[in-house]
Amino acid sequence: MSDHTSSQFDSEMEAIRSGVLAMGGLVEQQFLRAIRFLQDDEQEPGAIDAVGAGEQQINQFQVQIDQQCAQVIARRQPAAVDLRMILTVTKVVNDLERIGDEVKKVAYKSAQGRGVERLSRVRHYEVARVANAALAMLRQALNAFARLDVEAAAEIVDEDETIDAGFAAILRQLISYMMEDPRTISGALDLVFVAKSIERIGDHTKNIAEAVVQVVKGKDVRHATAEQIRAEVAEP
Amino acid sequence: MVNPMATATHASMLGSANPGATAPAVSGDSPPPLKAESRGLDFYYSNSFQALKSIDMPVYENKVTALIGPSGCGKSTFLRCFNRMHDLYAGNRYAGQIVLHPDNTDLLAKDVDPIEVRMRIGMVFQKPNPFPKTIYENVAYGLRVRGMTQKNQLDDKIEESLRGAALWDEVKHRLGEMGSNLSGGQQQRLCIARALATDPEILLFDEPTSALDPIATASIEELVTELKKKVTILIVTHNMQQAARVSDYTAYMYIGELMEFDKTDTIFFKPKRKETEDYITGRFG
Repeated sequence: MSDHTSSQFDSEMEAIRSGVLAMGGLVEQQFLRAIRFLQDDEQEPGAIDAVGAGEQQINQFQVQIDQQCAQVIARRQPAAVDLRMILTVTKVVNDLERIGDEVKKVAYKSAQGRGVERLSRVRHYEVARVANAALAMLRQALNAFARLDVEAAAEIVDEDETIDAGFAAILRQLISYMMEDPRTISGALDLVFVAKSIERIGDHTKNIAEAVVQVVKGKDVRHATAEQIRAEVAEP
Repeated sequence: MVNPMATATHASMLGSANPGATAPAVSGDSPPPLKAESRGLDFYYSNSFQALKSIDMPVYENKVTALIGPSGCGKSTFLRCFNRMHDLYAGNRYAGQIVLHPDNTDLLAKDVDPIEVRMRIGMVFQKPNPFPKTIYENVAYGLRVRGMTQKNQLDDKIEESLRGAALWDEVKHRLGEMGSNLSGGQQQRLCIARALATDPEILLFDEPTSALDPIATASIEELVTELKKKVTILIVTHNMQQAARVSDYTAYMYIGELMEFDKTDTIFFKPKRKETEDYITGRFG
């Protein structure tokens, strides 16, 4: 994108963009911490406090970036690509904040319930696998946003289905454990919530990918199918 | 009634529109009836500088069309073709057509009298330019030229025009004062009333608010929205936000060419051409 005649406008837009990427980086980092809680029962003391602090920082980013967007609207009356970017950023920032909340839930729930041996296996492997897939998807979405790469964004929309399928499989597995042995119910329910949070992270990440399509193509694809989105992206 | 021809007549005109015309495609649903059309319009100033290059553009009835573009892009030149302003200087030359519907008159044809054109197509300029006459006489001028002499007829028409320009309540007790005694915004509305008096079909606005303060600007913009119920409006503006606020369609011009024409909503959210996007986002330079 070429520069605005007003370099001040350029630097305001750049500050917003890099703010979103910094916020995204922080959310990624939080997610990594949460996955460690999922995979590893032994954690350094204070690790859970770091998750709490990180979540606070994410919230601050949200408020700050929203404020910057409001200022650009008030002072610059952005049009076309700038307007689409500002509208999109306010949505992306919202999704990132929600991902931050879900990630915190994953970490806290995992830190609490150690549960029975067979459930630990589900947590260490199945749930962690879906969590890692969601993390990879989030990274891709943030990269697609950074580069305004619509092709990459369209691929992410597909990946959400993989996450959803993973969630359904975990749910089936947990149900059978609960039926076999009622003593697993409490621990299994905790895991259901964890898995559900990860599934929601996939949804929010998909929103981010759809937002990239809106910036570049000017089309609202939030309720479009994956095929429709691919068709939209393929259009010159 | 400014335009006695029913809309239905114009709708039927659409069907018979010149098949050779290559007016730019507009996004979305079927466009409204045409009021005028520029077809392959070229314009050369007397020094043979080509200011307009083959402009094809529709002007939709009872809509506001904004012409935007950097200085020197030809938007004012284009606007002035519509009422043959360029005829005032020898050596200026038009090629192509500006067709006025529903009668299919080519405004640029040699046998068309520019005075007649200006009766049908009024113009409001950048700086308010009331005649050095009373408020009453400013509005009466065009009517007298048309041969209206009866006092009560004139009174009625003047009141109607001043009301149409949202000025009546402010001046009804001082119609005998000089037009130049009014404030800038009022003078501009007086010029609009003067243009409205002859029942024009199209009103041309050449940066009508660039000499006005924000409040007077807002009242003119409000007036434009009100006026389009009766007349078709073409407006040249340097203020892109103004184009976004008042117009239904926007044309982006650059070095004498029409780069993009579309619904204002489309132009300001997702224009098709990168050049347009760069201009309206302030990346031009």
